[in-house]
Amino acid sequence: MKVTEKDVSYVADLSNVELTDSERVRMVRDLNAILGYIERLSELDTAKVPAMAQVSDRYGADQSKQGSERFAYASREDVREGLRASLPHAEAMANAPGSDATFFKVPKVIER
Amino acid sequence: MDLNSLTIDGARSAIAGREVTATALAEAFYDKIAKEDGAIGAYLTLCKDRALAKASAIDALAEKGEPLPPLAGVPVGIKDVLTTRGVRTTAGSKILENFIPPYTCTAVARLEEAGAVVLGKMNCDEFAMGSSNENSAYHPVRNPRDTSRVPGGSSGGSAAAVAAGTAIATLGTDTGGSIRQPASLCGVVGLKPTYGRVSRYGLIAFASSLDHIGPLTRSVKDAALVLRTMAGHDPMDSTSAELPVPDYVAELDKPVRGLRIGVAKEYFGEGLDAEVRSSVEAAIQALAGMGCEVVPVSLPHTVYAIPTYYIVATAEASSNLARFDGVRYGYRSKNAATLSDMYRRSRDQGFGAEVKRRIMLGTYALSAGYYDAYYLKAQQVRTLLTRDFDEAFKKVDVIAAPTSPTVAFRLGEKSNDPLAMYLADVYTVTANLAGIPGISLPCGENHEKLPIGLQLFGRHFDEATVLRVAHAYEQTRTAQSGV
Repeated sequence: MKVTEKDVSYVADLSNVELTDSERVRMVRDLNAILGYIERLSELDTAKVPAMAQVSDRYGADQSKQGSERFAYASREDVREGLRASLPHAEAMANAPGSDATFFKVPKVIER
Repeated sequence: MDLNSLTIDGARSAIAGREVTATALAEAFYDKIAKEDGAIGAYLTLCKDRALAKASAIDALAEKGEPLPPLAGVPVGIKDVLTTRGVRTTAGSKILENFIPPYTCTAVARLEEAGAVVLGKMNCDEFAMGSSNENSAYHPVRNPRDTSRVPGGSSGGSAAAVAAGTAIATLGTDTGGSIRQPASLCGVVGLKPTYGRVSRYGLIAFASSLDHIGPLTRSVKDAALVLRTMAGHDPMDSTSAELPVPDYVAELDKPVRGLRIGVAKEYFGEGLDAEVRSSVEAAIQALAGMGCEVVPVSLPHTVYAIPTYYIVATAEASSNLARFDGVRYGYRSKNAATLSDMYRRSRDQGFGAEVKRRIMLGTYALSAGYYDAYYLKAQQVRTLLTRDFDEAFKKVDVIAAPTSPTVAFRLGEKSNDPLAMYLADVYTVTANLAGIPGISLPCGENHEKLPIGLQLFGRHFDEATVLRVAHAYEQTRTAQSGV
């Protein structure tokens, strides 16, 4: 599989990244070099190998259960009393590049 | 007393014994940073007021003769991907140039509760993506052993500061080798714990299933002390394990005689520098000399680790970095007419080339039509790589290997060839994919006096054995070389 400039433009679009023309040319070259190296995974027959998304599954999960039951280790009782205080509004807004002190401000979303 | 070469215990007992105040110690480190860090570039941000306030609280305790906490007055540096309330945290990126976190990372909070004095934030590759620290959006870090060379990455500032004596200990993060590889290249100790051993709360995520926080120190004992302080369950990270934390320091002096040390030929093949090889082999012989049994093991899927890693890590990164959109925090491009223009331009101007490359690669691997061929395939090979370790650890207690195939390379040497740079992590990414603990510690120097690192892997949650073997080797080496 060779990545083309068209593929790169499509993926840049999905990623919300804008690329200049020269960045796009370099990206085609780099992605093809990296994907060429990654190609060697196809040497392995993995038809019967389960996928592994993360490590906790191996030491925490109850392998005899199905679905979310397997991950009971990661759940806890609901907390009703003594909830952690939320981030104060002013602190939550303090890093915003645009705000009116109540809401985050962004450019126009819908044209009328 | 040379304040800048103290270990953690040395600093704490000097303060407890009133030989030095925590304040004077912090000042001595700031003086050294002012004089010497310009040539190294390990620090991005200093937080002197906060540090001196902390130090004076420790001094007040010492003055009253009260028992001091385990890291009392120890000057530490924190990699700039770990949040610190009120102290700028950039992740080495322009997109977070002015970000002041409203909360502190759990690992950092635990160090501070134990008395540590945070001097500042350490330079790193942007979003921890890199193996040379040249991807920092601010400035590169130079290796204190030879300033024409890289310190490794991505925790390059954390490793360089410990090597240069501008911090006693630092925290780094390790997603594919980012603690161990710079530790090796700078000649210090670097420990990546088991996945789930240390909370990731407050770690600015790169690849959530591979990210780990760990210490960089001058000695194995210091690494054990820092780990003991940070480890343990945290309700803020549901992947942090609810398992008891052993006293890693007390375990250090248990005998190593009879332990089985695995050696896998896959870690000594093509691409390994001859001097690195002979130094690591000599270290393994030294372990045999201490009564360890050296056992050949096989990790047959090792050759597939880098391709697997660069799919899993970039796929997770493409998702994690979607949050940087210029809305709630971080850089926002000026004069964008629409919301979607603002997203694109903010990300284009805010992210560096390597970050964009990884977001693109990850998005491609997850995109319709390619998911099975890349992402699913990589997850399956991850299972095979993990099974390799499961099989090997039926026969051995620890596996010994080189940390990095080469000594520190020169700035610019690999920066135009992403694939060559990725191969710098060939011996470290496996431990991230399998989630097992790994340590790098100095085991020699090449003919140019550049440090070489020995890497030791252990079973899940068996940092105690890894640290014990590392400590025993370090004691022998220190006794022999007189360093």
